[in-house]
Amino acid sequence: MPAPSRADILLPLADDELIVGWRNSEWTGIAPFLEEDVAFSSIAQNEIGHARALYEIVAEELGSTADALAYDRPLDEYRCAPLVQLRRMDWAATIARHVLYETADAIRIASLAASDDPVVAGIAARIDREEVYHRMHAEMWLDRLLASTDGRDRLDHALDELWPYGLGVLDEGRRPELRRALEERLDRALPDVEPAVRGRYEPELAELHDEMTSVRRSAPAGARW
Amino acid sequence: MTATRVWEVFRRERAGAPMQHAGSIAAPDERFAEIYAREQYGRRGESEALWLVPRGAVAEIDDFVDEFDLKYRRVDGYSIKERLREARERAGTVEG
Amino acid sequence: MDGRTAEFLEHVRSGGLVETGDWMPDEYRARLTKFVEMHANSELMGVLPERDWILRAPTLQRKLALTAKIQDEVGHAQLLYRVVEDLGKPRDACLDDLIAGKSKFHNVFHYPTCTWGDVGVIAWLVDAAAIISQKALLKCSYAPYARIMRKICWEESFHILHGRDVVLTLVTGTNEQRELVQEALDRWWEPLMMFHGNPIPADDDPMVHWRIKSQANEEARQQFLEGYVPQVRELGLTVPDSKLRRGDDGTWTYTEPDWDRLMAVVSGHGPASAERLAFRRLSREEVDWVARTVLAEAA
Repeated sequence: MPAPSRADILLPLADDELIVGWRNSEWTGIAPFLEEDVAFSSIAQNEIGHARALYEIVAEELGSTADALAYDRPLDEYRCAPLVQLRRMDWAATIARHVLYETADAIRIASLAASDDPVVAGIAARIDREEVYHRMHAEMWLDRLLASTDGRDRLDHALDELWPYGLGVLDEGRRPELRRALEERLDRALPDVEPAVRGRYEPELAELHDEMTSVRRSAPAGARW
Repeated sequence: MTATRVWEVFRRERAGAPMQHAGSIAAPDERFAEIYAREQYGRRGESEALWLVPRGAVAEIDDFVDEFDLKYRRVDGYSIKERLREARERAGTVEG
Repeated sequence: MDGRTAEFLEHVRSGGLVETGDWMPDEYRARLTKFVEMHANSELMGVLPERDWILRAPTLQRKLALTAKIQDEVGHAQLLYRVVEDLGKPRDACLDDLIAGKSKFHNVFHYPTCTWGDVGVIAWLVDAAAIISQKALLKCSYAPYARIMRKICWEESFHILHGRDVVLTLVTGTNEQRELVQEALDRWWEPLMMFHGNPIPADDDPMVHWRIKSQANEEARQQFLEGYVPQVRELGLTVPDSKLRRGDDGTWTYTEPDWDRLMAVVSGHGPASAERLAFRRLSREEVDWVARTVLAEAA
């Protein structure tokens, strides 16, 4: 069986970062406080920056460009996890997703950083350094929400919904690690559920993709923007 | 959000430069304050380092008294130029 | 005018500066607060016309640049509300007034954005108009505000570069892309001409009197025209004002904007005002619980 290509390894991560970056950008101008608007903007920019760097590596392998990979593939060629596809404009859900995604991502990135492929290991290390800030932010919000009854209730409610999706970010082999990390951090049990795995497309993704590509599609392929 | 606490932010623009007051931010606690200060004063790579100081910890002094004109502590209290000219004339070492 | 106020006025008019804790006449404080509040409101409301275009940006680089630009603007709002707070009006009160339609924000943010052409034109020309005013505000007598202007001007320069690059790319693209810019310019020219406000002479402007502003509105507008009409025309674009003309003395004449219309717009009757305020109102209600949760621990 052939070794996975860089595209196989990195496209799921790239697509996750692109789409979660898009979702985080949806809070622009309407985050609970201005400071959170600015913070989530930074997180979104980092994520899109990561996506771009990852697409560039894959693009080189495939003879394409980062923008072409980000925008021009048909919907069913995107490899993003269902977790990032969901549109949840509720702050508790956003923080729940942030925590699930960052925890899963940390596990995934650590494994990529140990790759024999120096390019993969290199990009994973660079991404990890930026993710430190995202984790700090997620931790801070988690503590805040957990510290009040109302916050904790809302968070639990959101986690109940999103937990299967969180599991779906990782391969089967790494899911137990995610469960352990989260159960410890959240001080609660997480139910046994069927993970929402890649290859599943939520209806929201089609809407997102349509809006994301609307300007780009208004000019012929190859047009400069 | 009605912020409960204000922090003064100081920034060092580049290595070797002094810490300068950059402004203030409002946040519920130190952890938020750190994140928000990083964003506001560092997101475009414009600062080498930041200091965060709770506003209440800053003591301002802006009244300085000099009733008896103790200018001898300042250079302009002496007329060095005058004295030097006098000394040179006396020593016959005045140039031109 | 009492002696203390007269002394204060003399101080600011001869270039003196005012810091946060200093005594200031009630009129100065009131005018200054309202001015900075309007500026803060404008930065915040300015986000709404542009945010959708982050999502639709046609390349990753444009997406990043636009996200950073808008982030700067939210950051500016944050800094400016902080100044207003130190002058005595808490941010929540400002946001309440904004949503209730009781306070104003700049005319340009009451208009819809329709195409990617708008993105270029706004980042280039609206930000250029803004930077002219903001450079003049570097001399504001109220030092905390003047200091923030330095940071704002620095960040705005990135925005104008980005805007100009978007426009240049479009005008050197397909005919349809070129047309996007001209069409956007056609819609944005009138708001741009109104941007600096009605041509009240400096001597009659209380903001200049107190050295909050140091530049008359018409002077700012002339500076804009002098700097940017040639740049627009050199791209082969047409400025949609047949009366626009530069006199031999360097003064630009133009179709007089409808100043009553400007007043109506900034008071919340622009084409997109209601929708935008409603949007802000919704998001505020939805996240009130967040504020309560966050503050509960701090209390």
